[in-house]
Amino acid sequence: MSNNNITKDTPGLRGLSDKSLAWLFITPTIILLLAINIFPLIWTIYLSFTDYRSNQPGREIEWVGLENYRDVLTSPDVWGYMQTTASFVISTMLIQVAIGFALAMFINKNFKGNSLLTTIILIPMMLSPAVVGTFWTYLYQPQTGVFSYIIDFFADVGPLDMIGSVDLAPWAIVIVDTWMWTPYIMLLCLAGLRSIPEYLYEAAEIDRANALQKFWYITLPRILPFLMLAVLFRGIENFKMFDMVVSLTSGGPGSITELASINLKREAFENWKTGYSSAFATILFVTVFGLGSIYVKALNKVKS
Amino acid sequence: MANEAPTPAHTASSSTAERKRIFVRGPWEMAASILIGLGVIMLMQPLSITLYSYSFVTILVGTVGYIIVSHFPE
Repeated sequence: MSNNNITKDTPGLRGLSDKSLAWLFITPTIILLLAINIFPLIWTIYLSFTDYRSNQPGREIEWVGLENYRDVLTSPDVWGYMQTTASFVISTMLIQVAIGFALAMFINKNFKGNSLLTTIILIPMMLSPAVVGTFWTYLYQPQTGVFSYIIDFFADVGPLDMIGSVDLAPWAIVIVDTWMWTPYIMLLCLAGLRSIPEYLYEAAEIDRANALQKFWYITLPRILPFLMLAVLFRGIENFKMFDMVVSLTSGGPGSITELASINLKREAFENWKTGYSSAFATILFVTVFGLGSIYVKALNKVKS
Repeated sequence: MANEAPTPAHTASSSTAERKRIFVRGPWEMAASILIGLGVIMLMQPLSITLYSYSFVTILVGTVGYIIVSHFPE
């Protein structure tokens, strides 16, 4: 009898077969997944077709068809929040990719203290976004904040109200997100840089290629899939950004930093328009799911 | 060489091969991905509210299409 057969036929713990034992371990996870993820998702999709309000549980639920979707998709306000989200996503991605790539090129060189510097750069990424948002509100204080002090010291512009100013508040959230997530882009780029075989550069050296040619013909094409992956991942994450921005600006001043997810929370838990916000949430979910599919495809490409 | 009329078996196998050639994953997956990307751009663009209104349908079609075509053979 082969080893494989012995494993298959041998009864497992307390007379259970290996298959039963596997099911025993998997079932709690499946039940949790169904209860916490799948059921609320299906329930949200159902509620999106009704006029349900969660602050009036005794009221009869009326089926309204696609009305909530029509309301969301014809609202100029929601369209505006989508544009705010787009501005946030695009500006953070551009800045983070530029800085992250430059940092990765720098860290990729061999120098003393390289490992220590890498560890220090990675610290912001390991913090909770809510914590980051909260302590940056202190750094941004116009009178006592370190950020305002440093800017005033170098540029002599007086106390800067980063969170209270309509012009500066969007940049305040972009700066914090960049501070927190550039290390992630750097890590991905570093992985890409370290995967490039050294002999390619040696061959280019023999062909008398200059630094720019080596970068353009070897480094950039090899690192592009990693960059795409980073952009896609950060794009999805920032599209549903909530906690950091809420703890920093709560969508203010006015609604200048009100991202789609913040408006969704407002509609659901302040205006109690549960059916409407369920439709809004479904739209955001389908968008993230679609982008996630492309992300998985890109990931497989990078892996291969 | 005599002209041979295609037998029903020949026709069936060639049409199956044709179908196999059309329903391959790569290009369809790419088309679905482009549709999703287009929908996301429509959702967030600042130019036309009409485009915004049709963005969700575009993303939905792209996403459902992606799920379907990802089951096509390589």
